[in-house]
Formats: sequence, C-alpha cells, structure tokens
Amino acid sequence: MPNMSLKKNPMPSQEPAVRAHNFEEVALGYTREQAMDEAARCLNCKHKPCVSGCPVAIDIPAFIGKVKEGDFEAAYEILTRSSSLPAVCGRVCPQETQCESKCVRGIKGEPVAIGRLERFVADWHMQNAKETPVRPAHNGHKAAVIGAGPAGLTCAGDLARKGYDVTVFEALHTAGGVLVYGIPEFRLPKAIVEKEIGTLRDLGVKIETNMVIGKVLSVDELFDMGFESVFIGSGAGLPRFMNIPGENLKGVYSANEFLTRVNLMKAFRKDNPTPVKDVRRVAVVGGGNVAMDAARCALRLGAEKVSIVYRRSMEELPARREEVEHAQEEGVEFLLLNNPVEILGDEHKNVTGMRCIRMELGEPDASGRRRPVPVAGSEFDLDVDCVIMAIGTSPNPLLRSTTPGLETQKWGGIIAEEETGATSRQGVFAGGDAVTGAATVILAMGAGKTAAAAMDAYMQGKR
Amino acid sequence: MYTILQKEALNPTVTRMVIDAPLIARKAEPGQFVILRVDEAGERIPLTVADFDREKGTVTIIFQIVGATTYKLNQLSAGDSLHDFVGPLGVASHVEGLKKVAVIGGGVGSAIAYPIAKKLHDLGATVHSIVGFRSKDLVILEEEFRACSDLFTVMTDDGSYGEKGLVTNALEQLLQKGETYDEVIAIGPLVMMKFVCKLTREYGVKTVVSMNPIMIDGTGMCGGCRLTVGGKVKFACVDGPDFDGHEVDFDEAIERSTMYRDFERHQYEAACNLFKGV
Repeated sequence: MPNMSLKKNPMPSQEPAVRAHNFEEVALGYTREQAMDEAARCLNCKHKPCVSGCPVAIDIPAFIGKVKEGDFEAAYEILTRSSSLPAVCGRVCPQETQCESKCVRGIKGEPVAIGRLERFVADWHMQNAKETPVRPAHNGHKAAVIGAGPAGLTCAGDLARKGYDVTVFEALHTAGGVLVYGIPEFRLPKAIVEKEIGTLRDLGVKIETNMVIGKVLSVDELFDMGFESVFIGSGAGLPRFMNIPGENLKGVYSANEFLTRVNLMKAFRKDNPTPVKDVRRVAVVGGGNVAMDAARCALRLGAEKVSIVYRRSMEELPARREEVEHAQEEGVEFLLLNNPVEILGDEHKNVTGMRCIRMELGEPDASGRRRPVPVAGSEFDLDVDCVIMAIGTSPNPLLRSTTPGLETQKWGGIIAEEETGATSRQGVFAGGDAVTGAATVILAMGAGKTAAAAMDAYMQGKR
Repeated sequence: MYTILQKEALNPTVTRMVIDAPLIARKAEPGQFVILRVDEAGERIPLTVADFDREKGTVTIIFQIVGATTYKLNQLSAGDSLHDFVGPLGVASHVEGLKKVAVIGGGVGSAIAYPIAKKLHDLGATVHSIVGFRSKDLVILEEEFRACSDLFTVMTDDGSYGEKGLVTNALEQLLQKGETYDEVIAIGPLVMMKFVCKLTREYGVKTVVSMNPIMIDGTGMCGGCRLTVGGKVKFACVDGPDFDGHEVDFDEAIERSTMYRDFERHQYEAACNLFKGV
C-alpha cells in the first residue's frame, strides 16, 4: 500500500537562528526510515510524468521503487545511468518546476519529494559504497572538454563511460565551476562536489586546472594535439552591472566576486588570506538563486541587516522557492518592487547608501511577466555599506574571440543546435550557460549529456 | 606544480624568480600577466610577466614584498614549487609601428616596463628609458635597461644615485628640449602614472599605462578589477591591463586600491611573525 499522506516528509534542517551564523549545510538529509517512508508515497505511475520533467530523464519511479525496497545501491545505479552528479542535483535542482511539478501526487497535496530522495540515495552511496567504478575499456578516441562546471563534467562523465579518453580543461585552480565558486557551502558542501568529481576521475576523466583555453591554448591547438572533438562548457561568467552612478565605489560587488571570495577563496574563515569587506548593512540587487545565495552569505559573515532589492513582486521572483523560504526564515528582508538608481558614497569612495525608486507592475513584456515601471517621485535612500549586484551574467568572450568560425549570438552566446549541441565549427560542440546565458545547473547538465551523445556519434562516424 | 628554477634578490624587497611553465612561455607577450597561488590555501595574486624564454619554457616574475602572499612567495627557494600559475592573461602591450618611445618605470614597475622596452628595441624603435626609485639600494635592472635603451636615466627621490627627483622631472626635461615621442609608456605606482599622464597631456603625447588593480580570477569573471576609462567601466584583466592613460580615472583607481588595506596590513604582520617564530 502506498503512503497516502498528502504532505512530503519534512526535511530535517538546522534551526534558522543557528544556521544564519554558520556556513554548514542547512538541510541535513533524510534518514533511511524517512526516505523509505517518503518513497512509499510514489504511485509508480505507468506513464511516468515526472521523467518528462527531468532535463536528464532519470527513471524516477524506478529509483524510488528501489528506495522503497531499501536497495539504495540499486537506486544509485539507476540514478547514475542518467546523472553524473546526483548528490549535486538532489540539492540544487529546482524540482518544484521540473520533475515534482509533474507528479500525480501533487494534484491533491504535495508531490513526492523526488529531490530529497535523490539526495538521500547519492549521499548513502558516498557514505557506504566501497567499490570504485569500473573504468571502461578505452575506445581509442580522445575528446576535450572546456570548463569543469556542470555541463562539462556531465559531458566528460558520459564520454568516459563510453570509453573515450577525456581531458577537461578548467580555468580556475579547482574543478566544479559554479558548484565551487558560486553555490555556497551551506547549500552544497564542497566535499560533496569533490567526491562527485572524484567519481569522474575514477572513470578515467583527466582534469587539468589553471588552463584558460583561448589564452594558453586555442581550440584549434586542441585539435592539433589529437583531440577529435571539443565540448565548450565555459559558462556565463561575465558579471553584469546596472550602469548607474556609484557602481565603482568600494563596497559594491558583483555577486560573482562576492561569492567567489566567500566560497572558492574561503573568505568566510577569519584567518584566510583572501579578504572580503566587513559588511554591516547589505543590499543585494536581484531576485534569482544567486541573489539568495549572496544575501544568505552576507548574513553568515555577520551583517546586521541584509535586504533583497528586486524590481518586480514576489510572484515573479525567479529563485527556487526553498531558497526564498530559507532566506526569509533566516531574516533576509525583501524589498520588492524597488529599483536602485544610484549608489551613494563618502569622500573616500566607500558606499554609504543606495538610492532606490519604487516600481509598479505594468503591461506584460516579452518574457510574459508584467513590466515594472518606476513611480515618479518615489525615490528613497537605503542605509547600506555594501551593495551586491546579482542581476545576471553573460558568456565570457574569450573563446568566441579566439576560435575562428565559431558563430555566436549578438549577446555573446555560442550558437549550438538544441538536439546535438553542434556549433558552426565541425567537431566543436557547446552547451550550458555558454549557449543559453545564465540558467540552472540541471539544464547545463542536460546540455552536456546531449552533446556527449552527439560527440560519440560524430567520433564514431569519423572512423 | 610549477617549479621555481632560479631565485635572485634584486634589492632588499624585490625578488626575481624564473618559473618552469612551458605552455605559458610559448604564448606570453610583454604586458600580459599571470595569476599565482603559493600554496593550496593561498590567495590568487596577479603579477605581470617580467620576461619569458620560449625555448627553455620559462616565465620570469619580479615581485615586491608588500603583503602576506608576496612575503610567503619570497620564503620559497629554487627547487620549490608554486601551487598554481595561470596565464598568459590580459591583452599584450601594443608595440607594433612605434618608432620612438619613452618608457617610464617606477619602482618594481620597472620590471614590467623592461620587457616592453626590450621588445621595442628589438623591433628597431628608439627607446628613451627613465626609471625612478626611492634610493640607490632599490635600483633594479639597470644593466638590462641600458642594453635596450638609446637614452637611459635613473632618478632617485633622495639623489643617492642618478639624478635627484621624480621620473616626471626627467621626462619634462626631455619634452622641454623638444623631444617628441609616438608614445609614452608609463608603468609604476598609480600616483606616478597619474602625474606622468598629467604632464604628457600638456604636451599632447599619447600615453599608455599598465593598471594592476585588485583581482581574483583574471578572466573577467569577478569584475573586482573594474576601473573607469573614458567614462566607461572596463575590466583590467580582459580589457587591459594597458589603457590610454589620458582616459583613466586615477583618483578612483587609487581609492579602489585601498579597499582591503587594513586587512592586508594585518595579514602581512601575521605572516612576518609566523616566519620569525620558525
């Protein structure tokens, strides 16, 4: 008999008042019993609507079935057929708009907690599995992957499983991309990312850090070195600013810089060599997951007050629902329907405030969301000493400017076929934020997966 | 790992290191920079390439001991390794087509000016070099500059060597005498570059400066290195580090460079104390 409870088993979490002052993981994960009980809520529908909501098409009812039986290793095996990074996805996927949004149990009550179960299975495997994965026999082909983020790692993992000799080139000193520089420790512990990457290394994937492709080597040189196909998963790393007065004052950060200092460079540790400003009152501009991450990091660094400043209303807020709830519980203030017009500073160019204007929602724009319009004369000043701009990122121009024949959109995204990831250059495939502009981890992983299949076909066809 | 092949103290606070980095040596050009980390927990610091040898596969860095990381870097010896060494980053200095150039170096900035002077000399340009230091014991790369300069002047603040005064005094003398240049290239402390630009603006001589702001990744990702050039925001790491000095907002750059001053001082003292205790 299925468990007919209308509610998900709640996720054990650190208390908001405690977690707002530490960088340890907020959600603690299901116990074995909680997981098996939650798995029993799955009706094992024949037509599997949840699978259609998953960008990498995990066989969700099958893995949940194994959880219900208590065969967690078998559940893990099903997950990894489709996902190279299950412990990551279980934590950061927006399940409420993907798999869980299609769940039949969600019609009356809450959907099955697919994400929490995925996380449980991946964590269980990490803690209990003893065997390292079997390295597949080498098929004699070499492939290169640029960027060790979600798209690149997924592509590399899939190719390695098929027997390719894969080398991933990463610009930073650590592999993981946004998983290590962007998403904070309290949402995705770096030890988890390291373990997932360790699994890929066990499969034979080579990772070369400190390699800025486009500078130290070009895509053409990679072909000269014997790589038969190249995947570009270089992400969308270039931060946007608003181009308002005062943005170069001391205390204005791009979310990328702030999060990189805190997460990748570990500035949250007091004795750490990389500094971050001693923040007191912080405004984070933007309403996505990155804005929530920045706001919650600022709180944990000891800020007295942190406000999200977003020009639309709560309904349009693009962040994952759980992140918004967590931020609210921890005391982040939401100043909705407000837009910055100027950042104010003192004679030493330190931030002393931010001037905002109130907004109201007008007619829907191209995105289908109601366009925010400023309310004349409604300016007011916020007392802040730090402003974090989390209003999006663009693809880095380094590869498009050094790869002749690689066609890009006007805004910089690499043009790639949706079904294959193929670019205008033969043998060069691309996916993730480098193609779409800033999106989610799981969409990037889906694109890496699609490209890996197309690269396999391409390299086999060349023989 | 990137092995330190040679280490040499150029003066009490400036050190030259030759690093084994064949891939970077193959591509590096004057004006570009590298980012390094001394150890696994270290911060990322940018250093402009001081020289390179494509055949030997080496990249030379010259650094002044100004903070905790450069202090730690200076504790390493030949045979030790750097944890990370990334590059070549940034846009190479534009030297093609220049026939007559004044190259100005201030302090450790001379180490960055030198490869540009050398390249210009190799390309057949007339090079007038002016380098400035606080005092005689801090003078570096004198022989190297002499070898590639048609005219060479050393300035010291206290007059203990060369001429007494600032690099701007020497440059002004040359300009007053009627010397003309296709370009002045000035590399050194922000204040020095600011005043070189003030002077050359009066004489209408195009001036290029090399900016070295606070940076993390060096690839355009963080935007921490942003500065205002000609009223527009630029990232020193990908748009520079070379910029038209007459367009740079130096006052803003000077303020931004002080962002972590207290923190840096504290870290430096902590690093010194740590090593003294050993």
